[in-house]
Amino acid sequence: MRLFILILAVFLIVCAIATCVHKTLLASIIIFMAYSTIMSLIWAMLESPDLAITEAAVGAGVTSILFFVTLKKIRAVEDEQKTD
Amino acid sequence: MSRKRTDYRSTFYSRIENFVNGKEDFLLYKPKGNTEAKQLESLEEELAEAADLLEQREARQKLQDRMAPLDYLKNFHKLYGVVAALVCATMMILLISTVIYLPPFGSPDNPTNNEVIERYIEKGEEETGAVNIVTGLILNYRGFDTMGETHVLFIAASCVMILLLIVEGEEKKSVYANDRYLEPGNDIIIQRVACFLIPVILLFGIYVILNGHLSPGGGFSGGAVIGAGLILHEAAFGFRKTERFFNEHVYKIAKVSALCFYVCCLSYYFYMGAHGYDNHIPLGTPGNIISSGLILFINIFVGTEVACTMYAFYALFRKGGL
Repeated sequence: MRLFILILAVFLIVCAIATCVHKTLLASIIIFMAYSTIMSLIWAMLESPDLAITEAAVGAGVTSILFFVTLKKIRAVEDEQKTD
Repeated sequence: MSRKRTDYRSTFYSRIENFVNGKEDFLLYKPKGNTEAKQLESLEEELAEAADLLEQREARQKLQDRMAPLDYLKNFHKLYGVVAALVCATMMILLISTVIYLPPFGSPDNPTNNEVIERYIEKGEEETGAVNIVTGLILNYRGFDTMGETHVLFIAASCVMILLLIVEGEEKKSVYANDRYLEPGNDIIIQRVACFLIPVILLFGIYVILNGHLSPGGGFSGGAVIGAGLILHEAAFGFRKTERFFNEHVYKIAKVSALCFYVCCLSYYFYMGAHGYDNHIPLGTPGNIISSGLILFINIFVGTEVACTMYAFYALFRKGGL
Protein backbone atom coordinates (compact mmCIF):
# COMPACT_ATOMS: atom_id res chain seq x y z
CA MET A 1 0.00 0.00 0.00
CA ARG A 2 2.76 2.40 0.90
CA LEU A 3 4.51 1.67 -2.39
CA PHE A 4 1.26 2.41 -4.26
CA ILE A 5 0.94 5.79 -2.54
CA LEU A 6 4.57 6.58 -3.40
CA ILE A 7 3.99 5.71 -7.06
CA LEU A 8 0.87 7.89 -7.09
CA ALA A 9 2.76 10.80 -5.53
CA VAL A 10 5.55 10.52 -8.12
CA PHE A 11 2.95 10.48 -10.92
CA LEU A 12 1.30 13.54 -9.35
CA ILE A 13 4.53 15.53 -9.38
CA VAL A 14 5.36 14.43 -12.93
CA CYS A 15 1.88 15.42 -14.12
CA ALA A 16 2.07 18.79 -12.36
CA ILE A 17 5.40 19.62 -13.99
CA ALA A 18 4.32 18.30 -17.40
CA THR A 19 1.16 20.45 -17.32
CA CYS A 20 3.29 23.58 -16.99
CA VAL A 21 6.04 22.56 -19.38
CA HIS A 22 4.07 21.07 -22.28
CA LYS A 23 3.82 23.35 -25.30
CA THR A 24 0.46 22.22 -26.71
CA LEU A 25 -2.48 23.61 -24.73
CA LEU A 26 -4.70 20.64 -25.57
CA ALA A 27 -2.14 18.13 -24.26
CA SER A 28 -1.66 20.28 -21.15
CA ILE A 29 -5.37 20.02 -20.35
CA ILE A 30 -5.38 16.24 -20.85
CA ILE A 31 -2.41 15.93 -18.48
CA PHE A 32 -4.27 18.16 -16.05
CA MET A 33 -7.20 15.71 -16.18
CA ALA A 34 -4.80 12.89 -15.32
CA TYR A 35 -3.51 15.00 -12.44
CA SER A 36 -7.03 15.44 -11.07
CA THR A 37 -7.76 11.73 -11.36
CA ILE A 38 -4.59 10.83 -9.43
CA MET A 39 -5.45 13.50 -6.86
CA SER A 40 -8.92 12.00 -6.33
CA LEU A 41 -7.33 8.55 -5.82
CA ILE A 42 -5.02 10.07 -3.22
CA TRP A 43 -7.97 11.74 -1.47
CA ALA A 44 -9.71 8.38 -1.34
CA MET A 45 -6.61 6.79 0.19
CA LEU A 46 -6.34 9.58 2.77
CA GLU A 47 -9.84 8.52 3.92
CA SER A 48 -11.73 11.54 2.68
CA PRO A 49 -14.18 10.10 0.14
CA ASP A 50 -16.23 13.34 0.08
CA LEU A 51 -13.32 15.18 -1.44
CA ALA A 52 -12.54 12.26 -3.76
CA ILE A 53 -16.02 12.35 -5.32
CA THR A 54 -15.90 16.14 -5.69
CA GLU A 55 -12.40 16.11 -7.17
CA ALA A 56 -13.33 13.42 -9.69
CA ALA A 57 -16.49 15.25 -10.79
CA VAL A 58 -15.25 18.84 -10.72
CA GLY A 59 -11.49 18.59 -11.28
CA ALA A 60 -11.34 15.79 -13.83
CA GLY A 61 -14.75 16.37 -15.38
CA VAL A 62 -16.26 19.80 -15.44
CA THR A 63 -13.13 21.99 -15.21
CA SER A 64 -11.35 20.20 -18.05
CA ILE A 65 -14.46 20.33 -20.24
CA LEU A 66 -14.71 24.08 -19.60
CA PHE A 67 -11.03 24.40 -20.60
CA PHE A 68 -11.72 22.46 -23.83
CA VAL A 69 -14.70 24.64 -24.69
CA THR A 70 -12.64 27.77 -24.01
CA LEU A 71 -9.89 26.51 -26.31
CA LYS A 72 -12.49 25.98 -29.01
CA LYS A 73 -13.97 29.41 -28.37
CA ILE A 74 -10.64 31.22 -28.79
CA ARG A 75 -9.83 29.01 -31.83
CA ALA A 76 -6.71 27.56 -30.21
CA VAL A 77 -7.52 24.01 -31.34
CA GLU A 78 -6.04 23.40 -34.76
CA ASP A 79 -8.52 23.33 -37.58
CA GLU A 80 -7.71 20.04 -39.28
CA GLN A 81 -10.23 20.35 -42.06
CA LYS A 82 -8.76 23.64 -43.26
CA THR A 83 -5.14 22.50 -43.26
CA ASP A 84 -5.93 19.37 -45.25
CA MET B 1 19.43 62.46 -36.95
CA SER B 2 22.14 61.81 -39.47
CA ARG B 3 22.29 58.14 -38.59
CA LYS B 4 18.62 57.69 -39.36
CA ARG B 5 17.78 55.81 -42.55
CA THR B 6 14.64 56.43 -44.54
CA ASP B 7 14.77 53.33 -46.74
CA TYR B 8 13.77 50.90 -44.02
CA ARG B 9 10.74 49.72 -45.99
CA SER B 10 12.79 48.18 -48.77
CA THR B 11 15.29 46.41 -46.51
CA PHE B 12 15.41 42.70 -45.77
CA TYR B 13 14.52 43.20 -42.10
CA SER B 14 11.36 45.15 -42.82
CA ARG B 15 10.18 42.29 -45.02
CA ILE B 16 10.92 39.82 -42.23
CA GLU B 17 8.99 42.03 -39.82
CA ASN B 18 6.07 42.22 -42.22
CA PHE B 19 6.15 38.45 -42.59
CA VAL B 20 6.12 37.98 -38.82
CA ASN B 21 3.19 40.39 -38.50
CA GLY B 22 1.34 38.55 -41.25
CA LYS B 23 1.18 41.49 -43.67
CA GLU B 24 3.21 39.93 -46.48
CA ASP B 25 4.16 36.45 -47.56
CA PHE B 26 7.94 36.30 -47.38
CA LEU B 27 8.27 33.42 -49.81
CA LEU B 28 6.19 34.98 -52.61
CA TYR B 29 8.17 36.85 -55.23
CA LYS B 30 6.95 40.38 -55.73
CA PRO B 31 8.26 42.46 -58.63
CA LYS B 32 9.49 45.84 -57.57
CA GLY B 33 7.37 48.49 -59.20
CA ASN B 34 9.50 51.25 -60.72
CA THR B 35 6.68 53.32 -62.10
CA GLU B 36 6.30 56.92 -61.03
CA ALA B 37 2.93 56.40 -59.43
CA LYS B 38 4.37 53.78 -57.13
CA GLN B 39 7.27 56.04 -56.30
CA LEU B 40 4.86 58.84 -55.50
CA GLU B 41 2.83 56.53 -53.31
CA SER B 42 5.89 55.40 -51.46
CA LEU B 43 7.01 59.01 -51.05
CA GLU B 44 3.64 59.94 -49.60
CA GLU B 45 3.79 56.99 -47.26
CA GLU B 46 7.24 58.08 -46.14
CA LEU B 47 5.96 61.58 -45.51
CA ALA B 48 3.11 60.25 -43.43
CA GLU B 49 5.52 58.04 -41.53
CA ALA B 50 7.81 61.00 -40.88
CA ALA B 51 4.86 62.99 -39.53
CA ASP B 52 3.93 60.07 -37.32
CA LEU B 53 7.49 59.82 -36.10
CA LEU B 54 7.54 63.53 -35.23
CA GLU B 55 4.30 63.20 -33.29
CA GLN B 56 5.60 60.14 -31.47
CA ARG B 57 8.81 61.95 -30.59
CA GLU B 58 6.89 64.90 -29.19
CA ALA B 59 4.68 62.61 -27.16
CA ARG B 60 7.72 60.75 -25.88
CA GLN B 61 9.42 64.04 -24.96
CA LYS B 62 6.34 65.09 -22.99
CA LEU B 63 6.25 61.75 -21.25
CA GLN B 64 9.95 61.98 -20.42
CA ASP B 65 9.42 65.45 -18.98
CA ARG B 66 6.69 64.12 -16.81
CA MET B 67 8.70 61.03 -15.81
CA ALA B 68 11.85 63.01 -14.99
CA PRO B 69 11.31 62.90 -11.23
CA LEU B 70 11.07 59.11 -11.52
CA ASP B 71 14.60 58.66 -12.85
CA TYR B 72 15.69 56.75 -9.80
CA LEU B 73 13.35 53.96 -10.96
CA LYS B 74 15.95 52.94 -13.55
CA ASN B 75 18.20 51.56 -10.86
CA PHE B 76 15.22 49.83 -9.36
CA HIS B 77 14.50 48.05 -12.66
CA LYS B 78 18.10 46.89 -12.83
CA LEU B 79 17.89 45.46 -9.34
CA TYR B 80 14.39 44.06 -9.82
CA GLY B 81 15.39 40.67 -11.21
CA VAL B 82 18.04 40.08 -8.55
CA VAL B 83 15.75 41.11 -5.70
CA ALA B 84 12.88 38.99 -7.05
CA ALA B 85 15.08 35.90 -7.18
CA LEU B 86 16.37 36.61 -3.67
CA VAL B 87 12.85 37.06 -2.26
CA CYS B 88 11.70 33.83 -3.92
CA ALA B 89 14.63 31.87 -2.52
CA THR B 90 14.13 33.33 0.97
CA MET B 91 10.42 32.52 0.96
CA MET B 92 11.12 28.97 -0.21
CA ILE B 93 13.68 28.41 2.54
CA LEU B 94 11.37 29.93 5.17
CA LEU B 95 8.33 27.90 4.12
CA ILE B 96 10.25 24.62 3.84
CA SER B 97 11.87 25.14 7.25
CA THR B 98 8.40 25.87 8.68
CA VAL B 99 7.01 22.68 7.19
CA ILE B 100 9.72 20.72 9.03
CA TYR B 101 8.35 21.95 12.36
CA LEU B 102 4.70 21.10 11.56
CA PRO B 103 3.21 18.28 13.65
CA PRO B 104 3.07 14.88 11.89
CA PHE B 105 0.10 14.15 9.66
CA GLY B 106 -2.79 12.43 11.43
CA SER B 107 -1.22 12.36 14.87
CA PRO B 108 -3.75 12.43 17.77
CA ASP B 109 -1.67 14.99 19.71
CA ASN B 110 -2.03 17.64 17.02
CA PRO B 111 -3.21 21.08 18.20
CA THR B 112 -6.09 20.95 15.71
CA ASN B 113 -7.67 18.13 17.72
CA ASN B 114 -9.11 20.45 20.37
CA GLU B 115 -12.46 20.66 22.14
CA VAL B 116 -14.27 21.92 19.00
CA ILE B 117 -13.50 18.74 17.08
CA GLU B 118 -14.33 16.71 20.16
CA ARG B 119 -17.75 18.33 20.38
CA TYR B 120 -18.43 17.74 16.66
CA ILE B 121 -17.47 14.09 16.84
CA GLU B 122 -19.12 13.24 20.14
CA LYS B 123 -22.35 15.20 19.90
CA GLY B 124 -22.62 15.74 16.14
CA GLU B 125 -24.80 12.72 15.41
CA GLU B 126 -27.04 13.43 18.37
CA GLU B 127 -27.49 17.13 17.62
CA THR B 128 -27.76 17.13 13.83
CA GLY B 129 -29.07 13.62 13.23
CA ALA B 130 -26.58 13.05 10.40
CA VAL B 131 -24.47 9.88 10.43
CA ASN B 132 -21.99 11.54 8.08
CA ILE B 133 -20.31 14.00 10.43
CA VAL B 134 -18.85 16.06 7.58
CA THR B 135 -22.28 16.86 6.13
CA GLY B 136 -23.70 17.64 9.56
CA LEU B 137 -20.75 19.93 10.15
CA ILE B 138 -20.82 21.92 6.93
CA LEU B 139 -24.61 22.23 6.66
CA ASN B 140 -25.49 22.67 10.32
CA TYR B 141 -22.66 23.96 12.51
CA ARG B 142 -20.96 25.81 9.65
CA GLY B 143 -24.08 26.55 7.61
CA PHE B 144 -23.19 30.20 7.23
CA ASP B 145 -19.98 29.39 5.30
CA THR B 146 -21.81 27.00 2.99
CA MET B 147 -24.50 29.60 2.29
CA GLY B 148 -21.79 32.05 1.25
CA GLU B 149 -20.25 29.45 -1.05
CA THR B 150 -23.56 28.77 -2.77
CA HIS B 151 -24.06 32.48 -3.31
CA VAL B 152 -20.58 32.71 -4.78
CA LEU B 153 -21.59 30.01 -7.28
CA PHE B 154 -24.75 31.93 -8.15
CA ILE B 155 -22.79 35.16 -8.67
CA ALA B 156 -20.20 33.34 -10.78
CA ALA B 157 -22.90 31.96 -13.08
CA SER B 158 -24.43 35.43 -13.35
CA CYS B 159 -21.06 36.96 -14.27
CA VAL B 160 -20.45 34.33 -16.97
CA MET B 161 -23.94 35.11 -18.26
CA ILE B 162 -23.17 38.85 -18.42
CA LEU B 163 -19.99 38.15 -20.39
CA LEU B 164 -21.13 35.40 -22.75
CA LEU B 165 -24.90 35.54 -23.20
CA ILE B 166 -25.98 36.08 -26.81
CA VAL B 167 -29.42 37.61 -27.15
CA GLU B 168 -29.69 38.51 -30.83
CA GLY B 169 -31.26 36.01 -33.20
CA GLU B 170 -28.82 36.14 -36.11
CA GLU B 171 -25.72 35.56 -34.02
CA LYS B 172 -27.43 32.74 -32.16
CA LYS B 173 -28.31 31.03 -35.44
CA SER B 174 -24.69 31.21 -36.61
CA VAL B 175 -23.49 29.75 -33.30
CA TYR B 176 -25.92 26.86 -33.70
CA ALA B 177 -24.81 26.29 -37.29
CA ASN B 178 -21.06 26.39 -36.56
CA ASP B 179 -21.19 24.37 -33.37
CA ARG B 180 -19.75 21.13 -34.72
CA TYR B 181 -17.20 22.58 -37.08
CA LEU B 182 -14.24 20.93 -35.36
CA GLU B 183 -15.93 17.68 -34.39
CA PRO B 184 -17.62 14.78 -36.10
CA GLY B 185 -21.30 15.59 -35.95
CA ASN B 186 -23.51 13.10 -34.07
CA ASP B 187 -20.76 10.54 -33.52
CA ILE B 188 -22.39 7.11 -33.18
CA ILE B 189 -19.82 5.77 -30.66
CA ILE B 190 -20.28 8.67 -28.26
CA GLN B 191 -24.06 8.43 -28.57
CA ARG B 192 -24.17 4.67 -27.83
CA VAL B 193 -21.81 5.04 -24.86
CA ALA B 194 -23.80 8.04 -23.61
CA CYS B 195 -27.02 6.00 -23.77
CA PHE B 196 -25.54 3.57 -21.25
CA LEU B 197 -23.60 6.06 -19.13
CA ILE B 198 -26.00 8.98 -18.66
CA PRO B 199 -28.67 7.10 -16.64
CA VAL B 200 -25.95 5.61 -14.41
CA ILE B 201 -24.30 9.01 -13.88
CA LEU B 202 -27.57 10.76 -13.08
CA LEU B 203 -28.64 7.93 -10.74
CA PHE B 204 -25.29 8.08 -8.95
CA GLY B 205 -25.62 11.84 -8.55
CA ILE B 206 -29.11 11.52 -7.09
CA TYR B 207 -27.89 8.76 -4.77
CA VAL B 208 -25.00 10.92 -3.55
CA ILE B 209 -27.36 13.84 -2.88
CA LEU B 210 -30.07 11.84 -1.12
CA ASN B 211 -27.56 9.90 0.99
CA GLY B 212 -25.55 13.00 1.81
CA HIS B 213 -26.29 12.68 5.53
CA LEU B 214 -25.63 8.93 5.61
CA SER B 215 -22.65 8.27 3.35
CA PRO B 216 -19.80 10.32 1.86
CA GLY B 217 -20.88 13.02 -0.49
CA GLY B 218 -23.54 15.64 -0.27
CA GLY B 219 -25.13 18.42 -2.21
CA PHE B 220 -22.05 19.83 -3.90
CA SER B 221 -20.53 16.51 -5.04
CA GLY B 222 -23.84 15.07 -6.22
CA GLY B 223 -24.75 18.28 -8.02
CA ALA B 224 -21.40 18.28 -9.82
CA VAL B 225 -21.96 14.65 -10.89
CA ILE B 226 -25.44 15.46 -12.24
CA GLY B 227 -24.08 18.54 -14.01
CA ALA B 228 -21.39 16.39 -15.66
CA GLY B 229 -24.10 13.97 -16.82
CA LEU B 230 -26.09 16.82 -18.39
CA ILE B 231 -22.93 18.10 -20.10
CA LEU B 232 -22.29 14.61 -21.53
CA HIS B 233 -25.85 14.50 -22.84
CA GLU B 234 -25.46 17.81 -24.61
CA ALA B 235 -22.02 16.92 -26.01
CA ALA B 236 -23.34 13.63 -27.40
CA PHE B 237 -26.78 14.56 -28.73
CA GLY B 238 -26.55 18.29 -29.47
CA PHE B 239 -28.36 21.33 -28.16
CA ARG B 240 -31.84 20.68 -29.46
CA LYS B 241 -32.36 17.34 -27.70
CA THR B 242 -31.10 18.74 -24.38
CA GLU B 243 -33.28 21.81 -24.73
CA ARG B 244 -36.35 19.60 -24.78
CA PHE B 245 -36.04 18.96 -21.05
CA PHE B 246 -33.54 21.57 -19.84
CA ASN B 247 -33.88 25.04 -21.29
CA GLU B 248 -33.59 28.56 -19.95
CA HIS B 249 -37.07 28.47 -18.43
CA VAL B 250 -36.37 25.33 -16.38
CA TYR B 251 -32.96 26.70 -15.44
CA LYS B 252 -34.35 29.95 -14.06
CA ILE B 253 -37.11 28.29 -12.05
CA ALA B 254 -34.91 25.49 -10.67
CA LYS B 255 -31.97 27.68 -9.75
CA VAL B 256 -33.75 30.64 -8.18
CA SER B 257 -36.27 28.54 -6.28
CA ALA B 258 -33.51 26.21 -5.01
CA LEU B 259 -31.53 29.18 -3.73
CA CYS B 260 -34.60 30.75 -2.08
CA PHE B 261 -35.67 27.54 -0.32
CA TYR B 262 -32.09 26.93 0.74
CA VAL B 263 -31.81 30.35 2.36
CA CYS B 264 -35.22 29.83 4.03
CA CYS B 265 -34.05 26.51 5.54
CA LEU B 266 -30.82 28.00 6.80
CA SER B 267 -32.55 31.12 8.13
CA TYR B 268 -34.59 28.87 10.38
CA TYR B 269 -31.37 27.47 11.85
CA PHE B 270 -29.83 30.92 12.20
CA TYR B 271 -32.91 32.40 13.89
CA MET B 272 -33.33 29.49 16.30
CA GLY B 273 -29.63 29.35 17.09
CA ALA B 274 -29.24 33.09 17.60
CA HIS B 275 -32.17 33.31 20.01
CA GLY B 276 -31.28 30.15 21.87
CA TYR B 277 -34.53 28.34 21.06
CA ASP B 278 -34.81 24.59 20.78
CA ASN B 279 -34.95 22.95 17.38
CA HIS B 280 -38.55 21.83 16.81
CA ILE B 281 -37.94 19.81 13.66
CA PRO B 282 -37.81 16.09 14.52
CA LEU B 283 -34.42 14.57 13.77
CA GLY B 284 -35.68 11.02 13.25
CA THR B 285 -33.62 7.90 13.72
CA PRO B 286 -30.02 8.40 12.59
CA GLY B 287 -29.39 6.03 9.68
CA ASN B 288 -32.78 6.33 8.02
CA ILE B 289 -33.13 8.16 4.72
CA ILE B 290 -35.72 10.54 6.17
CA SER B 291 -33.89 11.82 9.20
CA SER B 292 -31.62 14.62 10.36
CA GLY B 293 -34.20 17.38 9.99
CA LEU B 294 -33.55 19.96 7.31
CA ILE B 295 -30.18 18.60 6.16
CA LEU B 296 -31.77 16.32 3.55
CA PHE B 297 -33.69 19.22 2.01
CA ILE B 298 -30.70 21.55 2.13
CA ASN B 299 -28.69 18.85 0.32
CA ILE B 300 -31.33 18.61 -2.40
CA PHE B 301 -31.40 22.38 -2.87
CA VAL B 302 -27.61 22.69 -2.97
CA GLY B 303 -27.47 19.80 -5.46
CA THR B 304 -29.99 21.47 -7.78
CA GLU B 305 -28.12 24.75 -7.58
CA VAL B 306 -24.72 23.19 -8.33
CA ALA B 307 -26.03 21.00 -11.17
CA CYS B 308 -27.70 24.02 -12.81
CA THR B 309 -24.54 26.11 -12.41
CA MET B 310 -22.24 23.45 -13.89
CA TYR B 311 -24.48 22.91 -16.89
CA ALA B 312 -24.98 26.67 -17.33
CA PHE B 313 -21.22 27.27 -17.46
CA TYR B 314 -20.85 24.70 -20.23
CA ALA B 315 -23.87 25.89 -22.22
CA LEU B 316 -22.87 29.55 -21.95
CA PHE B 317 -19.34 28.83 -23.12
CA ARG B 318 -20.57 26.59 -25.91
CA LYS B 319 -23.52 28.42 -27.42
CA GLY B 320 -23.87 31.66 -25.48
CA GLY B 321 -27.22 30.77 -23.98
CA LEU B 322 -29.17 28.07 -22.26
